[in-house]
Amino acid sequence: MFNTVALAYTYDGSFEGLLCCVFESYTWKEIPLAIHSEEDGQGLLLESKWIDTDCTKADRVLKAIPFRICSEALELVRLGFWTCTPDKELLLLNFLQLGFTHGAKIMDMLADDTVNALLKAVQQLKRESHHYLGFVRFSIYGPVMAAVIEPRSFVLPVIQDHFCDRFRGESFLIYDKTHGMALIHQPGKQAIIPLDEWTLPEPDLAEGKYRSLWEGFYDAIAIQERRNDGLRSSLMPKRYWKHLPEMNGSRTAVSSTKVKLGESRQQLENGEFHGSI
Amino acid sequence: MVGFDKNVCSVYTFSYEGEIAVDVMEKLQILTASAKYDVACTSSGSNRNNQAGGIGNTVSMGICHSFSADGRCISLLKVLMTNRCVYDCAYCVNRKSNPTRRATFTPEELADLTIQFYRRNYIEGLFLSSGVIRNPDYTTEQMISALELLRNVHQFRGYIHVKAIPGTDDVLLSRLGLLADRMSVNIELPSRESLGLLAPDKSKDSILKPMALIKEKINENSSDIVKYNHAPRFVPAGQSTQMIVGASPDSDYKILTLTEGLYRKYGLKRVFFSAYTPVVEHSLLPSLDTKPPLLREHRLYQADWLLRFYGFQANELLDEAAPNFNPLLDPKCSWALNHREQFPVDINRVPYNTLLRVPGIGVKSAQRIVAARRAGTLDFPALKKLGVVLKRAQFFITCKGKPLEGLKVGEHTLLRSLMSGQELSLIQPQYEQLSLFDDTYLSALPKAETTGLTKGGWPDV
Repeated sequence: MFNTVALAYTYDGSFEGLLCCVFESYTWKEIPLAIHSEEDGQGLLLESKWIDTDCTKADRVLKAIPFRICSEALELVRLGFWTCTPDKELLLLNFLQLGFTHGAKIMDMLADDTVNALLKAVQQLKRESHHYLGFVRFSIYGPVMAAVIEPRSFVLPVIQDHFCDRFRGESFLIYDKTHGMALIHQPGKQAIIPLDEWTLPEPDLAEGKYRSLWEGFYDAIAIQERRNDGLRSSLMPKRYWKHLPEMNGSRTAVSSTKVKLGESRQQLENGEFHGSI
Repeated sequence: MVGFDKNVCSVYTFSYEGEIAVDVMEKLQILTASAKYDVACTSSGSNRNNQAGGIGNTVSMGICHSFSADGRCISLLKVLMTNRCVYDCAYCVNRKSNPTRRATFTPEELADLTIQFYRRNYIEGLFLSSGVIRNPDYTTEQMISALELLRNVHQFRGYIHVKAIPGTDDVLLSRLGLLADRMSVNIELPSRESLGLLAPDKSKDSILKPMALIKEKINENSSDIVKYNHAPRFVPAGQSTQMIVGASPDSDYKILTLTEGLYRKYGLKRVFFSAYTPVVEHSLLPSLDTKPPLLREHRLYQADWLLRFYGFQANELLDEAAPNFNPLLDPKCSWALNHREQFPVDINRVPYNTLLRVPGIGVKSAQRIVAARRAGTLDFPALKKLGVVLKRAQFFITCKGKPLEGLKVGEHTLLRSLMSGQELSLIQPQYEQLSLFDDTYLSALPKAETTGLTKGGWPDV
């Protein structure tokens, strides 16, 4: 009943905007060949149809999901929207179409290609988010804490609750360099806001001291007889290393622990640091 | 500031009596290096939100914050309170006769490091162990004062794993348990005899007694929580233990049976294995150039997983006749090969527990199969999408009553498919001669050495 049409939908890149694309697809009983957000700015060969974001339409789709499919499907769609999978919009449209046809049963249709692809994408998002629960590194500047991350997926909304609860008494910022967004938190207040081109300030004396202590700990905890670089890289992929003080490029050989310590000491005394970032 | 370079090594030989280390960095390095052989660095099993005025929370699945050069997870600031020790356990780097540099943290230093590392999100919390200074009670009192400072003054609500020192008074242990998320007592060695020879200051009873006390307190506490909602929690993440593998001649079968007994009798959350890394020359120990038995440790962990999540029992995996794991095949594949009469099973019919016993199907993929077959019959391509490792599973399953099309079950292909690349490389040069049951490489299991020690057990565990 749905016809594939030689069209691309273009929308404003918001979740509500995507829901309006779903609405549009149902209105005309058509499936576009692609859905792009405004920012993608790809040179499209396809004729493009601009989809306005209309809260009423978006709300109708949003309410229909738990009602006609199930609430787990809505959760999956929300998470799916934050993944970095190519053509995630079209994937979500296909998933919702299947869902509106089959109802709650879709959550069991794990061998279906669309469902499978969405679940895999969400799994990847969750894995990366879980990594970042551990790999975010705050630098402390007096009363404020700040961290920079470069995730593939948009993990900030997934890790938000965790950090806002853990550091509920602190003022902090986590800057997502990839997506140009930042999670900011002050006691009682939190938000994810757009932020461009921000860099961490240089560490002060106290920050440098605790970074060195952490590096000292990191070097001392390894058992040399069990050294296994391959295992470490598979559990902590290299793309995370850039923002981890203990893995910073200026620190290479883990074997020369004591020399390292001597160096960092000297730098401490000279008031300079080989800190990260 | 005291210089700290390679030359310091010469100081080691005469300085171990005094506490030379005064600087926090030095202390941290010494007390970390002495704690690194403790395996557990998990922060799982506890789920607690923050509260007003506090810092920190705990997440039940645990979080790894980094991975050290040996590939082990760093979740907690794992240090000793002190590496001074009145005991003289042969295998231990901190034993009193070892001329090593000694240091002791003050409770304030320890609390400061924990909080500062925690705020920077370096760690999930603290793992505090200690050498025994004066006596177990005094040592435990020191640990309690550090933890009280963290919990009550700094309002720290992150994860704390603490070691119970055997021989500590019950009252002190109970106080310690209310401050920690997890407590552990190390079994150290898998048999009474090994313990008697290598750790003369510890006895089986002194290790099992605190374990029993912790279990009792956890049970008591869980009924209190039913009665009073705000009853303080006693080690909410339960207790764990660890034992050294390869320092004594105990077999895998003995170790696994003991492990199973500990899970059953003491309700342990985890049993950890530590491949023995020689740190000291001793007539009763493997020589210093012995490589840690990492593959054996790996096999034991695989078997431990089978006990905890796959419904296996120790005596299904090993027995007196074959008391050690095959280095070439994982325990589940070995089991399946020895029980070929139970296969193949039909993926669309058999219950979850049976799915779990098929090589190539794990907990996740078994759960997915159970869900997906509610929506429709599964075929082989579908299984692949669900994450089943068909390379292994193909020999043991049918879909809609039929095996995988074109499947050849020669002994050669079978074995080759069941082994991982790493396992194959162990026998690669001889690969051409490989056949299933008569091959010397497959039957050549690591034999327990019986020199020096006689085998002994922990009969009533």
